[in-house]
Amino acid sequence: MPTYTMIVNGKPVTVEAPADMALLWVLRDKLGVRGPKFGCGIGVCRACTSHLNGAEIQPCVTPVAECSGQEVTTIEGLASGDDLHPVQEAWLEQDVAQCGYCQPGQIMAAAALLRTKQEITDEDIDRIANVCRCGTYFRIRQAIKSAAAKM
Amino acid sequence: MTCDNEVPVPEVRAPVRRRQFLTFLVAAPVLTVAVPGTAEAVIPTLPQPAEVLDLGDVLILAGTPTAGALAVLSVGEDGVVTLELPRAEVGQGITTACAMLVAEELDLPLGKVRVTLADARPELLMNQLTGGSNTMRSVYGPVRQAAAAARARLLAAAARKHGVAVERLSTKDGAVILPDGRPIVYGLLTSAAAQLTGTFAAQPKPAEEHRLVGTPQSRIDARAMVTGQFKYTLDQDVPGAMPTVVRRPPTINGSVRSVDSAAAKAMPGVLAIGVVPTGVAVVAETFGQAMAARDALKVTWNAGTIDALSDKEIRAKLQAAALPFVVPPLLTQHLDMDFDFAFVSHAPMETNSAIADVRDDRAEIWAGLKSPIVAQQTIAAAIGLPESAVKVHVMQGGGSFGRRLFFDAALEAAQISKALRRPVKLMWDRKDDMRHGRARAASHHKLRATFGLGNVLTFEHRVASVETDFRHGLGEILTATAAKLPVGGNLSFAQTVFLTTCKVPYNFGVVTSLLNEVPLRMHTGSWRSVYSANTRGAEEILVDQLAKKMGKDPVEFRREFLKTARQRAVLNKVVAEGEWGKAMPKGFAQGIGFHDEYKSCTACLVEIDARDPKNPRVVRATIAVDVGRPINPRGLEAQMLGGLTDAISTTLRAGLHIDRGLPLEGSYSQFHYARQKDAPLDVKIHVMPATGEPGGAGELGVPAAVGAIANAYARATGIVPRSFPIIFPVDFEPFPR
Repeated sequence: MPTYTMIVNGKPVTVEAPADMALLWVLRDKLGVRGPKFGCGIGVCRACTSHLNGAEIQPCVTPVAECSGQEVTTIEGLASGDDLHPVQEAWLEQDVAQCGYCQPGQIMAAAALLRTKQEITDEDIDRIANVCRCGTYFRIRQAIKSAAAKM
Repeated sequence: MTCDNEVPVPEVRAPVRRRQFLTFLVAAPVLTVAVPGTAEAVIPTLPQPAEVLDLGDVLILAGTPTAGALAVLSVGEDGVVTLELPRAEVGQGITTACAMLVAEELDLPLGKVRVTLADARPELLMNQLTGGSNTMRSVYGPVRQAAAAARARLLAAAARKHGVAVERLSTKDGAVILPDGRPIVYGLLTSAAAQLTGTFAAQPKPAEEHRLVGTPQSRIDARAMVTGQFKYTLDQDVPGAMPTVVRRPPTINGSVRSVDSAAAKAMPGVLAIGVVPTGVAVVAETFGQAMAARDALKVTWNAGTIDALSDKEIRAKLQAAALPFVVPPLLTQHLDMDFDFAFVSHAPMETNSAIADVRDDRAEIWAGLKSPIVAQQTIAAAIGLPESAVKVHVMQGGGSFGRRLFFDAALEAAQISKALRRPVKLMWDRKDDMRHGRARAASHHKLRATFGLGNVLTFEHRVASVETDFRHGLGEILTATAAKLPVGGNLSFAQTVFLTTCKVPYNFGVVTSLLNEVPLRMHTGSWRSVYSANTRGAEEILVDQLAKKMGKDPVEFRREFLKTARQRAVLNKVVAEGEWGKAMPKGFAQGIGFHDEYKSCTACLVEIDARDPKNPRVVRATIAVDVGRPINPRGLEAQMLGGLTDAISTTLRAGLHIDRGLPLEGSYSQFHYARQKDAPLDVKIHVMPATGEPGGAGELGVPAAVGAIANAYARATGIVPRSFPIIFPVDFEPFPR
């Protein structure tokens, strides 16, 4: 079985895995990184949303081989120590989470959006397609706007 | 012969003879009892069962004998107070609200309270069920009592230790305050307090002295959630428990005929494969490998239980099952309407999952469970162990919406663990969760209202529903067994739930609501607001059409016919805040809905953009809510927001198509639960001031919003929706079976 080396949340890791294994299972089952959640396995619910070199990916449909030598950031790696990312702070300020299961993915999607764009419109937020089955969308919208205003 | 009186002529002209009409009109008030405080002009309606005793009251009554044992509180030497709560947190925010109750009674900072979910406690009998919007109603008394008693003990311990009378002591910020002002923190008193003998009389604070309860607070578990540290069932490590999935049949309740697992067994990472009652289980080193091996299995299947049924046949069965009206249409002016609602997946983000470690002499289970006692009892029987040898841990769940009343994943995990003789970490795939999981039952509704001289004379609602499974009972084996009995059984359980939840909030003369259920052997279950979303949603649509026929504005009409001043205050609030009646561009419209259940009421006013009737969006929503006593208004607003999103989803786009024994939908790309692009750009929720005891809140938000959205759609497009979801094409290629 091939081995892959990558940076996960700032730390180099090496794993043995089939080339086509989804990054989600490498993270969750091999590395014990459990922040990214399984919700669909086909990249449509986006609960596992994380970053590859700072850009949004869905680890459930990203083969581990594509991440070789790259930098993977999950929700666990978004904050700098105890200093939360502004998007996380905004999530607390708006008390967004209900069951909380989709929120790591929602936060990573919002953080990726705010990296590329400073002026956020409602249309930009509408394009975030992450499912929140508790229906917290309006608080997510407010949190993204609040984070954008502070960044 | 047509009616020649002065009220508007109905579209459907009924042959009404004047004498019969008048006789009926005179007769109607004789049948009714005036309720104090009701408007005089309208024909009052007798209280319906749910007004006298609602499902929450039933659950509280069932829990009364064990209420004293409900809340287990401990005060640690670090000053942290822990409440072990025998309920399931699945996103409702009950752990935060309960922490607030404890903090309030103990004069403790909220951050010093921890709430954990209790394991299954069979001694609680019917008092460990999370459902019926009943948590805060049922724990408000017991949790405050327990905290007040703990405070009394801490005070007594301080009094003894420092030789002062208890009356001269007070509490503040997690400490007993001595007469000279010195604080003694609880952590220093807990050991002495635990050793005190005797009972300590303590009354919870009167509500008017509350300083924390009733103020908006953020979730106590929010930081763990936004940092990815929060642990759901599958995020835990249980020694030896490896990723496990199940290959499931091509139709609901199908079973394994034969398996060829040779290819799958040889695949990398595969640890074990075995047949269980629900399919073929595969254990592997990672879920990715388990799923790959699952897909490589060659399985032949026995038929399921509804293989011959598709939506068309089910709908025909429902239409045939709707009971007849009592009032014939020829007596007076009337309005008849009928509605259909599709099956709806619960689809919580965290799929059905559980960890099980079954040994020869004991077992341990971890899962999100809303009825853990009956889970423990059923699992023990299934794996042949005494109940006391099965430990069931309740994990916080990633959503439920009624789904986790059922413990099928926990039972299945236990069966796999026993069969394969190893601990397992079981996860359902999304496709299976939607196709073989539970769903809100499809229903058909027939409504008839008769009216004349400005009054509604009769209001009849006939609900025909696919049987909703209540075989979890009241959470323990006795009532669960009663719900399984062939005679009475689940259908009479269903009648009780229907009668104790659904009520018409208006004075509509003689009101009758009847449920008839069609038993089909498929997996249904209570879905947030159970019967009310469809039943009350349909009624709110009829109310709008009735108002139109009677020449009245929908809001004026509701104001006139609502039963109580409290209901009208909620309506008035939403009308004022939501600017009812303002000018809207073409293709846009407002819509309103009202709902009253579990001692709470709410009104919802939405604005819809339906310029393209095939692509509507609710763009703004205003909600007013009166729950009697909000514990945490911020949490209450979250519940109402969730209810609104559920209503947007199920009214406009989210449903399941049943095709030859299986739902076609297998993921969120097919089951169209709302996304951000479907959600309103503006939502305002107004919480009415506290007036009494807490009412229900978890399910309250759905039915009024269903009515409001459908009514707004009708007003914007001129098309009164009759079938839900309104936009419901099979716009996807279904996954292979």
